[in-house]
Amino acid sequence: MMLAIEPILYAGAIGLIAIGVAGMALSRHGFRIVLALALAEAGANLLLVLGGFREGGVAPILVGGGNTASMVDPVPQAMVLTAIVIGVGVQALAIALLIQVKEHLGPIDRQGLRDAMEADIDRHAGLPLPESLDRPLSREGER
Amino acid sequence: MRRFTSLLFAGGLAFLLFSLVATLDFGDPPMRIGSGILAQAPAQVGTANIVTAVVLAYRGIDTLGELSILFAAATAAGLVLARPGRAVSAPKPGGFVLRVGADLLLPLLVVIGLYIIAHGHLTPGGGFQGGVILAAAFFLPLLASPGREPTHAGLSLVEGLAGGGFILIGLLALWQEGAFLEPLLGTGQLGALLSGGTLPLLYLAVGLKVGAELSALLARLMGEGHDVGD
Repeated sequence: MMLAIEPILYAGAIGLIAIGVAGMALSRHGFRIVLALALAEAGANLLLVLGGFREGGVAPILVGGGNTASMVDPVPQAMVLTAIVIGVGVQALAIALLIQVKEHLGPIDRQGLRDAMEADIDRHAGLPLPESLDRPLSREGER
Repeated sequence: MRRFTSLLFAGGLAFLLFSLVATLDFGDPPMRIGSGILAQAPAQVGTANIVTAVVLAYRGIDTLGELSILFAAATAAGLVLARPGRAVSAPKPGGFVLRVGADLLLPLLVVIGLYIIAHGHLTPGGGFQGGVILAAAFFLPLLASPGREPTHAGLSLVEGLAGGGFILIGLLALWQEGAFLEPLLGTGQLGALLSGGTLPLLYLAVGLKVGAELSALLARLMGEGHDVGD
């Protein structure tokens, strides 16, 4: 049985993007969100490289006066080279921010982070503690 | 509910991409610029690796922008993590085998990194890939004996010189040829180590900059990890 190769390649790249996006939307922990972002980036890079593929093409490197007509498109490859490096920078910055959040607020899951931030804002605003009856009612459905 | 909408969104995105991709012919890229570059690059730029010609000659300004993004990210990470006057408890250094192994690997990794940078215009390699290997080379001894202080001043100096060199070569080309980052010095013989004009020099600058930036970044992240993990 012959399976066509194109749907598999595209499904891999698009599947990685979908998994990454779903992971970013569904994860609670900050570090998992960063990992999901890295997955989505890998999928996007794969899709870009696939977009430059040419039937029977070889890598765009001249060896011993080969002809250039049979080479794949070099522009998406150069773009992916750029995207990978930028991805590394973004991930490093995200992890640095996560480290600071963990140090200052404690938890880095979404719910705990929101609670910690609200408690922090309340403390700076001089609001009474949540247990106190003097506290103004918060909007329902916020948490 | 939230879970359902998230999954719906991801599924919709995948469907959208699939339907976009289905309109394209596989193996026949619709962009014509790639074929044009493939036809012209060997004579115009003279690099055997045509991706290098795209990265440094046709899209040279984009590479400069990318370098500035990397610089901005590294600076921002340093800014976020930097807190002066904080006592870092020195962790235990690694064992004898680990330390000696790291010291032995350092020169080998530096040689490989420089080789990959120097052959970026001939083989699948270049400044970014080689720069990452250089960063790994300088980060390895830090991993093996974490007490050792990284020399941030030296790294910033290398980074600044490399970035300045890249822009200087570009400005020189602007002065000589009338276009920023236009390749100078002729194309040379295709496939020779000394070919492609100023492109190997540009890639050397990129490699040094990427290596210095990444190793400074990793060292900062590692210095932070000691008192957070416990």
